[in-house]
This record gives sequence, structure tokens and C-alpha cells, in this order.
Amino acid sequence: MYNHERFKKRLLIAALTLLSISKVSAQAADNIIKTNSNSFGLWIFAGLVIIPLLFIIGKLYLDFKLQLKKNDEWNKEGTTLKFSQYLKNFDRAQIHTFVTLKKKKCCGKCKGDGGCGISKKAVGIILVLLFFGENIFAQAAKENKALSSQPGIIITIVLMLIPILLAVIFALAKANNAIRNFANNKKKKEAGTFAEYLQNVDDAALQQEFIKKDNLPVYNLTHSELSGNEKAEDSKGLLSNISDKHETHFTASKRKAAIRPTLDADITKLILWYLGCATFWLVLGTGIGEYLGIKFVAPDTDHISWLSFGRLRPVHTNIVFWGWASIAMIGLGYYVVPTVSNAKIYSIKFGWIALVCTNIMVIAGSLALMNGINNGGGEFREYIWPIMAFFAVALILTFINFFLTVAKRTTKEIYISNWFILSALLFTIIVALTAYLPFWQDGIGETIVQGYFMHSGVGMWFTLYVVGLLYYFIPQQINKPIYAYSLGILAFWTQIIFYTVIGTHHFVFSAIPWWLQTVAIIGSAGMIIPVVAATINFTMTFKGHWNKIINSYTLPFFFVAVIYYFLVSMQGTVEAFKFTNLLWHFTDFTVAHAHAGFYGIITFALWGGIYAIVPRLTGKEPPQHLVGAHFWIAFIGLIFYVVPLSIGATLRGLMWMDGKPFIDSVVVMFQYWVWRAIGGSLMFISHIIFAYNFYKMITKEIEPLDVKNEAFQQLGLPQK
Amino acid sequence: MNVFNDHKKLYSIAGLLFLVLTYVTVIMPALQNQNNNAPLPGSVPLAGDALAGKSVYVAEGCVGCHSQQVRNIEMDKVFGSRPGMPADYANLKRMNVWQNTSTVMGTERTGPDLTNIAERQSSKDWHLMHLFNPRSVVAQSIMPSYEWLFEIKDSAAKNDMVVNVPAAFLNGRKGKVVAKKEALQLLAYLLTLKQIPLPDGTKPMEFLYKKEPKEVASAGAGGEVKAGANGQTLYTANCQSCHQANGEGLKGAFPPLKGSPIVNGDNLELYVDIIMNGYDARAEYGVMAAVGTNMNFTENDVAALINYERTSWGNNGKKVTPEEIKKIMDFVKIKASGK
Repeated sequence: MYNHERFKKRLLIAALTLLSISKVSAQAADNIIKTNSNSFGLWIFAGLVIIPLLFIIGKLYLDFKLQLKKNDEWNKEGTTLKFSQYLKNFDRAQIHTFVTLKKKKCCGKCKGDGGCGISKKAVGIILVLLFFGENIFAQAAKENKALSSQPGIIITIVLMLIPILLAVIFALAKANNAIRNFANNKKKKEAGTFAEYLQNVDDAALQQEFIKKDNLPVYNLTHSELSGNEKAEDSKGLLSNISDKHETHFTASKRKAAIRPTLDADITKLILWYLGCATFWLVLGTGIGEYLGIKFVAPDTDHISWLSFGRLRPVHTNIVFWGWASIAMIGLGYYVVPTVSNAKIYSIKFGWIALVCTNIMVIAGSLALMNGINNGGGEFREYIWPIMAFFAVALILTFINFFLTVAKRTTKEIYISNWFILSALLFTIIVALTAYLPFWQDGIGETIVQGYFMHSGVGMWFTLYVVGLLYYFIPQQINKPIYAYSLGILAFWTQIIFYTVIGTHHFVFSAIPWWLQTVAIIGSAGMIIPVVAATINFTMTFKGHWNKIINSYTLPFFFVAVIYYFLVSMQGTVEAFKFTNLLWHFTDFTVAHAHAGFYGIITFALWGGIYAIVPRLTGKEPPQHLVGAHFWIAFIGLIFYVVPLSIGATLRGLMWMDGKPFIDSVVVMFQYWVWRAIGGSLMFISHIIFAYNFYKMITKEIEPLDVKNEAFQQLGLPQK
Repeated sequence: MNVFNDHKKLYSIAGLLFLVLTYVTVIMPALQNQNNNAPLPGSVPLAGDALAGKSVYVAEGCVGCHSQQVRNIEMDKVFGSRPGMPADYANLKRMNVWQNTSTVMGTERTGPDLTNIAERQSSKDWHLMHLFNPRSVVAQSIMPSYEWLFEIKDSAAKNDMVVNVPAAFLNGRKGKVVAKKEALQLLAYLLTLKQIPLPDGTKPMEFLYKKEPKEVASAGAGGEVKAGANGQTLYTANCQSCHQANGEGLKGAFPPLKGSPIVNGDNLELYVDIIMNGYDARAEYGVMAAVGTNMNFTENDVAALINYERTSWGNNGKKVTPEEIKKIMDFVKIKASGK
């Protein structure tokens, strides 16, 4: 109790200290704002990371101290007190031994040696290990310096680090043993004194008590107190498939997908085709992306025009945009929209036409780009209009189809998912038309439209649509309604208002009218409202059900999507501030940000959706351990991709601001590009695993024969 | 919440809101800027080879790594003498029926900005070598090679543009590297990329976030001491891509500075003139741009640069002070404007 009070007091003090620290740092921030004109964004960013970190460290420190104090107190307590503690805690066998000891007055001595020798040996081994470890490290460092321009060397070093890591773990285990030996040695000494004490103790009362205790009858459980001695019998026929064998599990087993009434075969087929095409484009598109990442560190890999960086870069981005994400999104929409409308889809045929159109667009577009046919170089607007027209057809057909499905819904209100999904389709049609109609595209007009297009493509199509999907999948997977409808309404309208106007923030300080840039920056700040609203909504839905994340193989994907939605959107806001824009604009920070958003939010959410519905459609689950492998490799890959690239980009931005020679900033980036390639490789590997999982979910495998059923079959008595 | 129960209302309100916002923040300003900005007097619309070259620029996706916009901030000063403005792009119209207008302003600077590249680097040989394999002139570059814009012939025809690529970059192939039509078109386009001066009397926009004058002062005060570091940075940023880090230049393209009589000699006037106003007196080498004038070198910069070049790679020239350079620069400036 006392300790608890003390602890509370300390926590309070720690909190106060933290407050004062944050005050100091706020002052520092003030100073920086004054001298450096504006670094507000950086400070918010740093604050978001540092304050929770300080809290955690503080808490750990306090916990640790408390424990140390307890140990100290324990040690200080008198030996007699300790011995009486021991005596109190004697078990029956020990009591018996003690009583016999006292009866026979026999003596025996414990000998405690040898332990010290062992621990010496162990220490020796550790020293040797550490010495070698250091040697290996030193060599690695040297090689790194001399040959840092060789990707092969770096990969080798990474591979070398794996055994070193294992060695460190081994050394730690050894060290742990040595520490135990040391502690045991101490305890042995104590046991010696205790034995002496036992030998010489002459307390009649105590002995009497122990003798009494020793003579008490012994009670042991028979392990059948509750079940009785009846033989087990399943009189109601509830059990089936009883197995006495216990299998060894290497991975935690997760809940199976709930069995649902099956959908019509034709819509099932349509959705699976959508998702299958998307999976194909994901593997192809990210394979190209991986190759592009390698070209950063090995620019002379090939000199073929069709595979050159400038031509392949838009091929990669457009494939993952339209081929992977858009097709997967529409495919999942064909499940979500009719389900939440409680109605059948209006037309299957429209779905097939839209799918064919989108695939034609991606195939034709990729070939055209590789052949050097490019709309004008604007990001994501590289497909020329005759190719993009196929997508327009697909979007319009999908919108009509979904709209008419919503129109014949059997629920009164339109579910929140459908606001987002249908609006996303509607807005994207408008975005595409604005971007491709030629009337307002001369001169700087093209750039204004470009800013709008590339940002609305992200915000009005991918984000809006995927948030809509999350509003269905998260409550459905947790089996709990969404936290607040009203927050959904707030997020919906503010997202439209703010996101539409922020495109120009890609051209801050450029020749675009200043008022437009200002509107974009204000809109970027305003994005805090819809993002925070949606994040609160999702996390509050998770609240009280966090354990379900552990037991499910789909929820981790959705959870990552929600977290990244918050992080990346906030990062986007911060990036639009003045100082951060000076620092990060034009650097690879944008690339890292785009990948964190598109991968962390969109792709993870789509994976979650696919793993959630495909088992329902086909009745087949993916191998759970491979879903786990997919999740972790993709997640770690993303971090390897984003973090080093962001660090490198920051260094590069600082060099530019310092007026360092441009080529020096290229040299600085090199190692970060290597890390990006490593992260990209992990991501690509995870996609291959995902493709395999998808294949396992849809393939018609030959089921293992059920001998019992087959026997009845052969008897001419078919089982249902 | 009636609106959320009525699909027609919900989607028309959302759609209309989006349409209005799109009009106000995109279509309206785009139209305004399209109609109210005229090209600067003295700007020439792209035509002929340069126009075809721009198509090559777009087709190869150069915009993925190179921006063409000088922002009105100090750190962009290295890429142009004044911030960009809408008039700079007013010449640009739709490319053809299939392809949109292309301002190629860009959003990435994996490579440097190209707004003013023709001023910074006017050497045709340099550009062609760089396109054939960027690492033949800039060892650390990660730009792709555009080998397919060239062909390797046994013997060059009379009108062929031969590029002196070092043998190491031919991967064992023998023959003359000849620029194809597309390479020459792209080159023609790159050589049109320079900022057009504003009409007389018009002041350009200011660059924002000027650096503290601290740095300049220290360079001035301790010119002798500081010259080493400062001169090396200037050399890396402005000279190295031709004369190379080892000062040996590239045979048949860029002259060596190591052991050069101009660098080590006493004709300081010629030396400063070359740095400030460029050089094209020797047929066997490429043309040198007016690097100093383009980059607004001060006498401190020029002195630091000269001192760096005179003390590196075994050179052993007399050191100079900013004061004596100042005089020569004024003189050279008058001479250049008189040309």
C-alpha cells in the first residue's frame, strides 16, 4: 500500500517534470521559429514521437527503481526474520525431514563449491565471444567504408549480421547462466548458515508445533472429485472428430472465418475475378517497382529503352494505382455495397465490362508508356486520354451499378460505407474529366490541374473509397457496430471540403498564384478534422476488443491501415508547412510518404478485406502461418522502406538548404537507397506469399477422403 | 437525417459540393491563368528540333527526376537567376491531339533542376557524353544511360555528330559513337532551357529566406585561410562535371586544369575572364559556359576558386587575394559587355 502511494507520488513528479521539459522544448521551438522563420511542423512531429517515448521510459525507470528498492529491503531484513519466513514456508516433506532431523539429532553438512569454477568458465566464454564479435563488427565497419558503393557488400554485411545476432543471443543466455550461478553461490552460503541454524535450533515450542503438523493426515486430490468415477459418455451426441493426439503448434492459431450464407455463384465469380486480377497486377507492379529501386543503386543494370527508369517509373505507379488498388477496391465494393444495402447487385454484366475495361487500360497504358507514349509527364496522368477513357467507362458503369443497387436497398438509411464508396466513384469521374478535358490546360493552368489531379486521385478516390470499406470491415470483423455515426458524418463532409482544395501544396513557392497555395496549406491543416474524426471512430470501435486483433488474421491488417491513416495524413499536413516544405520538397521524403500512405493505408486495408471475404466466398481459408508471414514481412519491409528514405531525404534537404554541391547530396543518398531496395525486396516477397495465399483460397483442391463417408457411399447410403 | 436516407439527395449534394469546390479552386484559376498570362517579350515558342526534343524529354520520363521550376526561395538560387513566374510557362500549349500540355515543372529533384541548364552547361559535347552514359562525365551520377539515342558505327559519315566517349563506357565495343536524330533533338531542347530576362526596368521577385550574411563575411575576412574549403565546394558544384575531380579533364572533350599554363601562369586577366565569361578558343575541346556570370560569383568566390585550383593536383600557382581579383573582374565585365 505504502509503496503504491509512493509510486503514485513519483509518477506525479515525473509527469510534472515532463511538463516542464515540454515547456522548455516549447520555448526552444519558439526560438527556432524566430530565428529559422518556421520549423513548427518539425517540432509537432518530434513532439508526437518524443513525448510518449519519454513517458514510457519514465514509467519503466520508475518500475525498475521500485523493484530495486524491494530487493534492497528484502536484503536488509534480518536473517532471523528471513529464517522464520523460511520456517513458515516449509512444505510437508520438509517438515517431516526437519522433524526426523531433530529426532535423530543427526548432522550433515552441505558443501557448496564448484559453482564458482563454472561461472568463471562461462565468463571466459563470453569474453571470447565478445572479442570475436567485436572483431567481426570492426571488419564489417571497415569493409563498409571502403566498398560502400557495392550493394553486394552491404547485403553480405546484412547476412553476416544474422549469425552475429545469434551469437549475441547465445552470449546473453550464457551470461544469464553465469549470473544465476553467482546468485546460487550466494544462496548456497545462506543455505549453509540456515542448515547450521536448523542443526542448533532448540526451540521446544517450534518443534512441538512441527511434530503436530507432521502427524496431521495427508490429503491428496484424486482428480476425480468433480467428475466422479463414472465413465465419460457423450449421451447427447455433441462431440465429433475426437483426437487423442496433440499436435505441436509453431504459430498461434487464429479464429476461422465465420461461415456465412453463400452468395450467388455469379457474383462470387465476378468478385474473385476482380481480386485475382488485382493480385496479378500487385505482383507485377511491385516487381517493376523493386527493379526501379535497384536501379537507384545500380544504374547500369540495363540500357534497354523499354526498361529505362524514366519509362518504367510511371508504369510501376500506374499499375499499382489502377491495376492493383482500383480493381481490388471495386471488387471489394461488389461485396460491400449490396451487403450493406441488403439487396442484390443491379447488374453483374456491368461489373464484367468494367473489369475488362480497367484491365485493357492497364495493359495498353503500360505498353504505351514503355514505348514512350506519355500524356505529358504529369504524375499519375501519364496515360494518354484514349487509354484513360477505358477507365472512365469503368468508373461510370460501376457508379451506375452501385447507385441503382443502393436505390433498391431494403434498409431505410444508406449505410456510411456507401456514402464514401459511391461518392468516391462520383468524384473520381469529375476528377478524371477535369484532368483530361483540354480547355483549361494551357501554360500554368496545366500545373494547377496537375496538383488537383494527383492529390484528388489519392484523396478522393483511394482514401475515400478505402475509408468506406473500413467502415464496413472493421465493425463486421469485430462484430460490433461502428462507434459513432455522427463522427462519420463530420469526417465525410470535412474530407470533401478540405481534401479538394489541397492539391496545389505540391507546388508551394512555385509560379502558381499565391492565394491558391495559401488555400492549399490551410486545407492541409484542415485535414486534421476528418482524419482525427475517422481515427477516433475506428479506434473507439476497436476499444474493448483489442484481444480480437490477436485472435484474428484479418484485423491486424485493418489495424495497421487505421494507424497509418492517422500517421500519414498528419505527416501530410505537417509537410505542407513552410519550413518542412523547404526541407523536404523535391526530396525522396515525398516518395517515402507516398509509399507509407499507399502501402500502409490502402494496400493493408485491401489485404484485410480480401482475407475477410474470400474465405466466405469460397469456403477455403488461407494457410494461417503464411498470412502471418505475409503480414510481418510486408510490415517490416514498409518500415525498412520508409524510415531510411525519410532520414536520407532530410539530410539531403539540409544539404540543399546549406547550398552544398548537388552531386554531394546524391552521394549521401546512396546508402539510404540501398535500404530502400532491401525494404522493397521484403515487400515484394510478401506479395508473392499473398498471391500464394490467394491461390490457396480460390483453388479447387482435392479434399482428403473421409473414410467414414466413403464407406457409407460404397454401401449406397450417401451422407449429407 | 433525411439526407442520409435519400440516395438521390445525398449523392447530388455531395457531387455538387465537390463540383463547386473543383470549379473555384481548379478550373477557375486555371482558366484565369491561361487567359491572363502572356509570354515574356523575347521568348521564342519551341519549334523544329527543340520541339521534337521536348517530346523525347516527355517520352523518356525525364520529369520524374528533374524539375523545371525555380522557386522564390534562396536555396533555388543555384538553379536560376530569378524565381519562375506564370509568364515563363505561357508559351506552352497542348502538344497534339493525343498529348496534353506539358509544363514539366516536376515534383522531384532526384537530379538537378533544368530551368536554366543551357546557361549553366552549354557544351554540346558534355551533354551528349552525359546522355550516352552520365558516369562518363560525373562518376557519382545515378542517372540512366540513354544509349539507345546513339549508335555505334565503324566509321562516321560526314554529317555525323561523333561523341568522344571514353573506351571504358563502351563495354568492349569498337567504333565511333554517333548521336541519332533523337539525341540531337533532345540536345536542341536542353539548349533552349534558359531563363528569359525580364523586360527593362521590371524587377524580378525576391528570393525569400536569405541566408545570414555571416558566411560571406568570414570568407571575406579570412579569404586566405577559408579559401581551401570554400574553393573546393565551388569547384565541385560548378567545375567538376567537366574538369573532373582529379583536375585532368576528359581527353578530347574538356581540358585539364592540372598543369595548365593558364591556371599556373601569370595571365590572371585571361584566367578570370574564362571563369566569368566562358571560353571557346580551342577547337579540340568543348565550349565553356559563362559559369561565373551565371552563378553570380563574387570576387571572394573567384579568388577561392583560383586558389583551390592553383594548389590542387600538384599545381603550384601564386595565391591571389579577393582585392586584386575585384579589379580584374570589373575590367573583364566591361570588356564582356563591350563585345
